[in-house]
Amino acid sequence: MSISVENLTIHESASLLADKKISSVELCKAYVDRARKLEPKIKAFLKLNEEEIFSQAKASDERRVSGKSLSPYDGVPVAIKDNITVKGQSCTCASKILEGLNSPYDATVIKKLKEKGFVLYGRTNMDEFAMGSSCENSSFQKTANPWDTNCVPGGSSGGSAASVAAGEVTAALGSDTGGSIRQPASLCGVVGFKPTYGRISRYGLIAFASSLDQIGPITRDVEDAAILTDAMYGRDSMDATSLPSTNESFAEGLGSLKDLKGVRIGLPKECFEVEGLDAGVRKIMDKSIQVFKDLGAEMVQVSLPHSKYAVATYYVIATAEASANLARFDGIRYGKRVKTDGLLETYLETRGAGFGDEVKRRIILGTFVLSSGYYDAYYTKGQKVRTLIRKDFQEAYRKCDVVLTPVSPTTAFKFNEKSDPLQMYLADIFTISTNLAGICGISVPADVHENGLPVGIQLVGPDMGEKQLLRISHIFERNRPRKEFIPGI
Amino acid sequence: MSKYDVVIGLEVHVQVRTDSKMFCSCPNRFGQEPNTMVCPVCMGLPGVMPYPNREAVRKTVMAGLMCGCEIAKFSKFDRKSYFYPDMPKNYQISQYDLPLCGKGKLHVCGKGFSGAELPDKSIGITRIHLEEDVGKLNHFAGYSGIDFNRAGVPLMEIVSEPDMSSADEAYAYLTSLKQIMQYADISDCDMEKGQMRCDVNISLKLAGAKEFGTKVEIKNLNSFRSAHRSIEHEIIRQAEVLDAGGKITQETRGWTDDRGETYLLRSKESAHDYRYFPEPDLLPMTFSDEDIAKIKSQLPELPEQKRERFVATLGLTPYDAQVLTLDKTLSDYFDEGAKLAKSPKMLANWIITELLRELNDRNIPFENNPVPVSHLVELVELVSGGTITGKSAKEVFSELFAGGKTPKQIVSEKGLVQISDDSAIEKFVITAIEQNPTQVKQYKEGKTAVMQFFVGQVMKQSKGKANPQIVNKLLREKLDQC
Repeated sequence: MSISVENLTIHESASLLADKKISSVELCKAYVDRARKLEPKIKAFLKLNEEEIFSQAKASDERRVSGKSLSPYDGVPVAIKDNITVKGQSCTCASKILEGLNSPYDATVIKKLKEKGFVLYGRTNMDEFAMGSSCENSSFQKTANPWDTNCVPGGSSGGSAASVAAGEVTAALGSDTGGSIRQPASLCGVVGFKPTYGRISRYGLIAFASSLDQIGPITRDVEDAAILTDAMYGRDSMDATSLPSTNESFAEGLGSLKDLKGVRIGLPKECFEVEGLDAGVRKIMDKSIQVFKDLGAEMVQVSLPHSKYAVATYYVIATAEASANLARFDGIRYGKRVKTDGLLETYLETRGAGFGDEVKRRIILGTFVLSSGYYDAYYTKGQKVRTLIRKDFQEAYRKCDVVLTPVSPTTAFKFNEKSDPLQMYLADIFTISTNLAGICGISVPADVHENGLPVGIQLVGPDMGEKQLLRISHIFERNRPRKEFIPGI
Repeated sequence: MSKYDVVIGLEVHVQVRTDSKMFCSCPNRFGQEPNTMVCPVCMGLPGVMPYPNREAVRKTVMAGLMCGCEIAKFSKFDRKSYFYPDMPKNYQISQYDLPLCGKGKLHVCGKGFSGAELPDKSIGITRIHLEEDVGKLNHFAGYSGIDFNRAGVPLMEIVSEPDMSSADEAYAYLTSLKQIMQYADISDCDMEKGQMRCDVNISLKLAGAKEFGTKVEIKNLNSFRSAHRSIEHEIIRQAEVLDAGGKITQETRGWTDDRGETYLLRSKESAHDYRYFPEPDLLPMTFSDEDIAKIKSQLPELPEQKRERFVATLGLTPYDAQVLTLDKTLSDYFDEGAKLAKSPKMLANWIITELLRELNDRNIPFENNPVPVSHLVELVELVSGGTITGKSAKEVFSELFAGGKTPKQIVSEKGLVQISDDSAIEKFVITAIEQNPTQVKQYKEGKTAVMQFFVGQVMKQSKGKANPQIVNKLLREKLDQC
């Protein structure tokens, strides 16, 4: 049987599988066929191993036939960003320095997805070590936006966002350090969710900036985001920073809100004063605000006075952590090694050849801000501002339940359009504060811009406020200005 | 009086004895095949995270309490960055500005390495922090290998104040530190296995001067002896430089045991910038007063307290107490025996003069001592109760090493019970006198020293079992009658 999979969600697939209208092998086959057709243009995947996919799908179908399905989602494929380890698979972070290395262990999220029977479906492209906002920093290939292949998909989880948007897979995992899930989701017209810091174990996520990194789902709708979060969140003994399990289901009762009466949505005045906020994006924000008002929500103005320092603060803290996190890639124990005579030369040549320009730039920046004599002026000050940014949000949540902002100041931009790194850094201006504050944020598609590209809105919730955040996102999704987000590819 | 005052501070690394490593579940075990005690976490593979070992933290706090340190209510781990192949992540998880233990002090006394008696002194402890050990490089012809078995083993760094003024004091400090670690079951401190390593900071200043001179660090001393020797060497080297009108430069030096010299490792200019910052993969640690009180309640008796008790309540000399507390196993052995013995003082003498000597002669470490303390106590009682002579006791003692039998069994099997019967001894005395007329004549002429000869003769006949007092009494009587 031939089916059209490009718009299928996890929950719809689960019904089809349960009703025996489709098997996991058929489902995966349809995706693989579609991927084979589209990949030459989209290039979302670094690796798509059919053999591995079909052996998992086959095992899933056998479980289902014998009534031993591991969950309702047993057999549904999920693509994995190439910075999350799967035992026996490569995990390059789109960097030459990790070429040829197979991971000997599963990340905790992978272990959990396997326990639910999800099919691990290929590894998606990204900016090298998750450093970038366009996927252009991948050492291997440039992923295109399914809505306009002359445009970037956003980043760093650009491969994950593009693969879901193009209908090459049902859903994907991404990681978000300063907006790396939410920004590409917005630019590709899909949902991207970054839970509270520590909600989902980072064990097996190759670290960029440990105090900011968070794994999350990129999906076709909010319900799928809730389903994957349910499957992955909770305390992990391998991650000392993981939060205690709260034994709640985000998917259950997701659609229980009939309207938004009594819900207060905060509008940070600073967000709408940002230089470079595209007029069309602004218009979609206004239309979205109207949707919330029509649903009965109360719109309240809040202030995040320190958010203007967020990008600068981020590039101090994130690079400082990255400079240490990436120190282990030295060619001594694994990965690429450039052979030379001396130890120092080996380090220099290996790292010189293995890392791309943006990664080198950030390692240098991070090494500098931690150096003796500069530490207080940069790192200590950055941590202080970070605390102030967190306090801004705490203050705001006295007045509102969630905060509403744009995700990105513009729609997807063209390849090479932002050749100045600083211009690229500003693409994350609305998303970075969420990571610095450690709270949860989601990008939900809202409308399509006059230029034909999708635009999402961002809703930001307090610590552990996922349940309410997802419910509000879900009702918005049902009432948003545009119903369908299907790229013209 | 010497021209210079010597100022010494020590940084001592001690591996904490735990079942597993500091940040993963690999066994903390020495002497295994290279790279068999490793996992993705201690190998620093991409994506792994550290998970702290609570037992190592508890033992570090315990070490702090044993040294009278202030225990931090709030402490954290930091990353210390530098590139070296023995460090899997190229940063070490350590503690920078908020260590687990703050200021404390350690009491040292007794003898230094040279055997010189030292005055009692308190050496300040600056801090104790917890970190992870690194791997070990093995150099072969043309290439090097790395063994990561040691990487991630919990390691305490104990930093002293610059309170020591001689190599002997430094030696005594190290000895006291090792004692404490063993007493509290924190570490075995086996230096051969690298469980205790030491760096020395040393400077000279003109006698009586207030300001310290420029310090030199001697790194990686792996025995107390080399610590002592390197300090003595460095004092002479620095004094010679200063005497010649030169200046000491701040630098790090190494030590070669075979040549007995320190040598330049690196100058201050090439010192590392470690770029410490808080470890984002680990949460800070907090301790309540109750947490600290709980660990405090588990503290064992300090060696110092034990010494005082041995002297005050068991009647030992300070020297005996010092010897018996040197090693935890030894002090426990004596302590157990002292509870059974009528005279702990006599037991102490037997342990020090006989047991330790015998073990030493046979090259047996104390923990492998084959003589149960109850046997030794029984033997001491047999002597003091007059059942056997001191001479027989020594024979019994060497039998005890064979193991199994109790002293009483040995005494009865060998028929070593002392002869205290006058008539039996009288026969030996008469025989001895009759067989040795020459010596009798000498005695009569006033050469009373031959008395010892007759005692020896009687003992020989009685196979050492005759009661020496009665032998003496009867010999004198009989000889005087001749």
